[in-house]
Amino acid sequence: MDKRMKINKRKKKMSYAKWGYILLIPFFVVFIIFQFIPLMQTFYYSFYEYYSIGLSEIGPNFVGFSNYVKIFQGSILKYAGNTLILWILCIIPQMTISLLLAVWFTDIRLHLRATGFFKTVIYMPNLVMASAFGMLFQMLFASNGPIVDLLMDWGWIEETFNINQSVWGTRGVIALMNFLMWFGNTTILLMAGVMGIDNSVYEAATIDGSGPFKTFFHITMPLLMPIFIYVVITSLIGGVQLFDVAQIFTSGSGAVNNSSKTLMMYLYKLIGTSKNYGEAGAVSVVLFVLTAFLSFLVFAFTHRNPNKLSRKQRRLVKEYQLKGGEKDA
Amino acid sequence: MQKKILRLVVGVGTIAALCSCGDTSNVSGINTDGTNEGDVLNIRCWNDEFQGRFRSYYPDYMETDSDGNDILRDGTKVVWTITANEDNAYQNALDVALKANETADADDKVDMFLMEADYALKYADSDYSLDVKNDLGLTDYDLSQQYQYTKDIVTDSNGALKGVSWQACPGLFAYRRDIAKEVLGTDDPDEVQQHLSNWDDFNDVAAQMKDKGYYMLSGYDDAYRAYSNNISNPLVNDNDEIVIDPMIEEWIDTTKYYSDMGYNHGTTLWDTTWSADQGPNGKVFGFFYSTWGINFTLEGNSLADPTAAKELGNGLYGQYAVTEGPASFYWGGSWLAGAKGTDNPYLVKKIMQTMTCSRTVAKHLTLDTLDYTNNKAAMEEIAEDDTYGSEFLGGQNHIALFAKSADKIDMSNISPYDQGINEGIQTSFADYFAGSVTKEQAWDNFYTNIAEVYPNLQRIED
Amino acid sequence: MLSSSKSLEVTRSEKPENKRMKITFDKAAKRSKIVVIIRKIIVYIVLILLSILCVFPFYILIVNCTRSNFEIQQGFSFTFGNFFLYNWESLFSDTNIPMAKALLNSLFISLCTATLAVYFSSLTAYAFHQYNFKGKNALFTFVLLIMMVPTTISSLGLLTLAAKYNLIDTYYPLILPAAASPIIVFYMRQYLDSVMPKELVEAARVDGSGELSIFHRIVIPVLKPAMAVQFIFAFVASWNNYFFPALIIQSTNKKTVPLIIAGLVASDPTTFDLGKVYMLMTIAIIPLLIMYLLLSKFIIRGVTLGSVKG
Repeated sequence: MDKRMKINKRKKKMSYAKWGYILLIPFFVVFIIFQFIPLMQTFYYSFYEYYSIGLSEIGPNFVGFSNYVKIFQGSILKYAGNTLILWILCIIPQMTISLLLAVWFTDIRLHLRATGFFKTVIYMPNLVMASAFGMLFQMLFASNGPIVDLLMDWGWIEETFNINQSVWGTRGVIALMNFLMWFGNTTILLMAGVMGIDNSVYEAATIDGSGPFKTFFHITMPLLMPIFIYVVITSLIGGVQLFDVAQIFTSGSGAVNNSSKTLMMYLYKLIGTSKNYGEAGAVSVVLFVLTAFLSFLVFAFTHRNPNKLSRKQRRLVKEYQLKGGEKDA
Repeated sequence: MQKKILRLVVGVGTIAALCSCGDTSNVSGINTDGTNEGDVLNIRCWNDEFQGRFRSYYPDYMETDSDGNDILRDGTKVVWTITANEDNAYQNALDVALKANETADADDKVDMFLMEADYALKYADSDYSLDVKNDLGLTDYDLSQQYQYTKDIVTDSNGALKGVSWQACPGLFAYRRDIAKEVLGTDDPDEVQQHLSNWDDFNDVAAQMKDKGYYMLSGYDDAYRAYSNNISNPLVNDNDEIVIDPMIEEWIDTTKYYSDMGYNHGTTLWDTTWSADQGPNGKVFGFFYSTWGINFTLEGNSLADPTAAKELGNGLYGQYAVTEGPASFYWGGSWLAGAKGTDNPYLVKKIMQTMTCSRTVAKHLTLDTLDYTNNKAAMEEIAEDDTYGSEFLGGQNHIALFAKSADKIDMSNISPYDQGINEGIQTSFADYFAGSVTKEQAWDNFYTNIAEVYPNLQRIED
Repeated sequence: MLSSSKSLEVTRSEKPENKRMKITFDKAAKRSKIVVIIRKIIVYIVLILLSILCVFPFYILIVNCTRSNFEIQQGFSFTFGNFFLYNWESLFSDTNIPMAKALLNSLFISLCTATLAVYFSSLTAYAFHQYNFKGKNALFTFVLLIMMVPTTISSLGLLTLAAKYNLIDTYYPLILPAAASPIIVFYMRQYLDSVMPKELVEAARVDGSGELSIFHRIVIPVLKPAMAVQFIFAFVASWNNYFFPALIIQSTNKKTVPLIIAGLVASDPTTFDLGKVYMLMTIAIIPLLIMYLLLSKFIIRGVTLGSVKG
C-alpha cells in the first residue's frame, strides 16, 4: 500500500514538473526569436561590409574585423567619452542629492512634514516622455526662448545665445534633464536601503554621541554601500544607452564639435540614416561587451557571500573585540 | 450614368488643359485616357511648397478633406506624405517605399515624389523613377518651353528624362531698399548691382554696411550656393573620392573673415533669428535667395504682423528689391518624378503636364508668387511687359532680370552626394565660424560625419 | 510611605552635582534642539528648491500651451492665457501633424505591450516558483543574465529580421518581444515567493483543476497588485519608447507620439506656431503625469517592492 502511494506520489510530482517546462515555453520561444536570434544576427553583421548607397545595397561581404578597426579609428571613442562625461555630470549631483534626501526622509529626529508630497514631486519627472522633455528644453533654451530672454533681461548676456554652440552648456542641460528624471527614483531606492538598516544601530550611535555627519559617514554609508553600488552601476548601464534626451535636444546633431553625441546616437545614425549595418553591428557588439561587463559587476557584487566579511570589516571586528574585551575587564 | 458624365467632364477638362500644350499622340503602351487607374494618388515630398501650388493651380483639385487628403474632380484621393529632410529622413523613407512599390497595396503605392537638385541625380539615375516620355507619355512639344538645364539635371546616363520641374531657380541677392538708400545712396536695382557685381566690390560694401551699423549678411550659409554652384568639378569623382573645389575653400575663408569682422549676424539658415532678420527688426542688408524663396519665405518673414494683410505698410513689404549679385548661380528647385510601379501613370502625367508644361499655369504662378517658372514663353511675356512690377519688390520687374540669365544656368557639376556634402560642410564649419573649433577640426568633423552618411566615400589624403 | 520617597527625590535632585548635571543636560538638549531646527530649515529649503526645479518646466509648459504664438514670442509669463482651445483645435486640425492618430497608435501599442509583458512574465515567474524541474536554477540564472543586457543592442538584428519577414512598418516587432521581459519575471517571482502559499495550489489540484486554470483562477488574483504596478511601468516605458519605433515605423499615420515629436524637431519647431508646439508637448507629457499623480503612492511603493536586493 505504502509503496504504491509512494510511486503514485512520485508520478504526480514528475508529471507536475513537466508543467514547469510548459509554462516556460512562451517566454523562451519569444526570447529566442525576438532577442537571441537578432543578437546573433547583429554579431554576424559586424563582420560584414553591408551598407546602402542611395537605392542600391553594397554587401554583405565578409570583411573580418575591418568594421571594428574602422569605428575605433573613427569616433567611437569620442562618442564613448561624451557618453561617459554626460553620465558623470548627471550622476554626481544625482547621487549626492539622493543620498541626502534618503537620509533626511528616514531620519525620525527631523520630524519632516509633507514627505509624501515631496516624494511625489521628485519622482514625477521619471514618467515624462524623454523625447518630449528634450523638446521642451530645446524650446526653453532656444536662442529666442524664455531662458535666453530672462538672461538678457537680467543683463547676464548681451546678445542671443545659441546653446548648441556651447560644449558645456549643452552637456549641462542634458545632464540636468537626466538628473531631474532619475534622482527621484534613486532617492526612493536609497530610502528603502536606509530603512533596511536596523534602528538599533542608529540608537547606539546617538548614545555614543555621534552627530549627523559622523553617523552618516561611519554608519549609514558603509551599510548602504551594497545598494549604493547597485544603483550606481545600474545607472551606468542606463547612462551608456543615453539617447532620447540628447538626440532631441540637439536635433540629432550632437551640438558643436559633436561634443554631445552619444554612443546610441551614433548607433541610431548608422542604422537609421546611412543603413550601414556592418558598422552598426560592430558598435552594437561594443555596447554589448560594455553592458555585459557592467552587469557582471552588479551580479558579482550582489550575489557575493554576505557572511564573508571584507578585509576591512574583519579588521574592524578584531579591533572592536580587543577594545571590547578590555572594556569589559 | 454618373460615371459617363464624370468621364465626359474629365475628358473635356483634359482637352482644355491640353490646349495650351499641344497634341498628345498615342504612344503605344501608355495609358492615355485615365481608365483603370488607382483610386489613391500618393505623393511624397519634404515640405508643403508643391502642395500649396497644386491646390492653387491644378484645375481638377476640388477640396481638401479633414484628413488632409485632396479630392479631385473624378473622386481620386491625393494623399500627401511630408517628411522633413533632416537626417536624411525624407530620402530614407522614400527609398524604403520605392523598393517596396512593386509589392505594395494599390492604395499604398508611391505614385509621385519630389526631389531636390541636390539629390535629383540619385533618383534620376535609378530604376525607380519613370521616363517621363516613354513611360508616362509627355511629348517633346510638351517639354519644349522648359529651360534646358532643368532637363539636363534629371536626364539619366542613357539620355532618358526622369523628372520635370515647374521652377527655374536663378540665384539672386535680395536687399533692403531703405538700407541701400542710406548706405549706397540709391535703391535702384541696376545701380545697386554696380556695387555688388563681383566679390571684391561685394566685400567693400560689407565694410560700408558695418560702418553704418548694419550686417551685410545674416547667416554663415547664406552665400554658400553662390560659391558652390560655381565649382569646376563635381564634388565626388569617379573613384568615390570627395573633391573639395577651390570655390568651397574660398567660401570658407570669406565667411570666416565676415564672421570675424562682424559683417554677418552668425545665424544659421532657416533658424528663427535668421527669419527675424528679414523682418522689420532686422539689421541685415540682404539675403541670397532664389526666386522660389521670395514668396515662400522672404515675404512671410518681412511682415510685422503675420496675421494681417500682405500689403504696403505691413513691415518691410515693398522694401525689398532683387539683383543678380556677385556671382550667377542657381539654388535648388524641386522636380516631380513618377515612381516605378505606380498605379496612376495617367494622372501622374497629367499633373506633370499641367504643373510644368502649361504656359497659362506658369504665367499665373509667376504673377501670384513671383517664382520664376519653367516656361520660356511665359517668362519672356512677363519680362517684356513694361507694366509688370511686383508690389512686394517695390514695383520691380524681376522676371526681366532673370529671363536673360536663366538660360545660361549650368548644372553639369552635380553629384548624387551633393545634399549630404553641402549639409555636412555647412554644419561642420558653422563651429569654425563661431570660433569653437579650428579649421582642421572642422574638416575632421566633416569627414567623420560624411563617413556616417555615405560610407563609400573616401577622403583624399594630402 | 509615599511622602517619604517623594521627599527623598526632592532632596536628591537638590544636590549640587545633580543640579549641575541637569543644567548641562538641559543645555545640551537645547543645543541639539537648535541644531535640529537649523537642520530642518536647511532640509526644507533644499526640498522646496528641488520641488521648484521639478515642477518649473511643467509649469511653463502648461502656461505656454494656453498662450498664442504671438504671446509666447513676446516672452515669459507666469500667468495663463486664453488660447488653450485655440491651440488645441489648431493642433488637431493640422493635417501634417496626425496627433489624434498618433495618440491612438501609442495607446494601442502600449496597452498590448504591457498586457503581454505582465501576463507572460507572471506565467513564467509562476513556473519558476511553483514547479521543481531539472535545470530550474540554471534557467532562472539565465533569465537573470539576460535581464541586464538592454534590448536596444539587438535592434539591428531585430530590424533586419523584421525586414526579412515583411514586418517593417507593422506593430508586431514592437509588441511581441514584450512577452519576454526578464525584469518583470524577476519582480513577479520575488513577489510570489513572499505571498503565494503552495497549499492553495495543492488544494485546487485535489479538487481536480487543471494547471492553467489554477494559474488563472487562483494565482493571478493573488498577483493583482504586483501586476498592476508592473503594468503601469510597462505601459509608461512603451508609451515613451523612441529608439526602436523610430527605426521600424515608416508611414506617417502609423507613427507614435515620440515619433511625431522627433519629426517636428527635425523641421525646426521654433519657426512654427509655438502655441501648437507647446500644446503638442503638453499632450505628450501631461496625461501620464495626471495618471501618476492619481496613483502616486501606489507607484512609488511599487518601485521598491521587489527591486531592492539584500
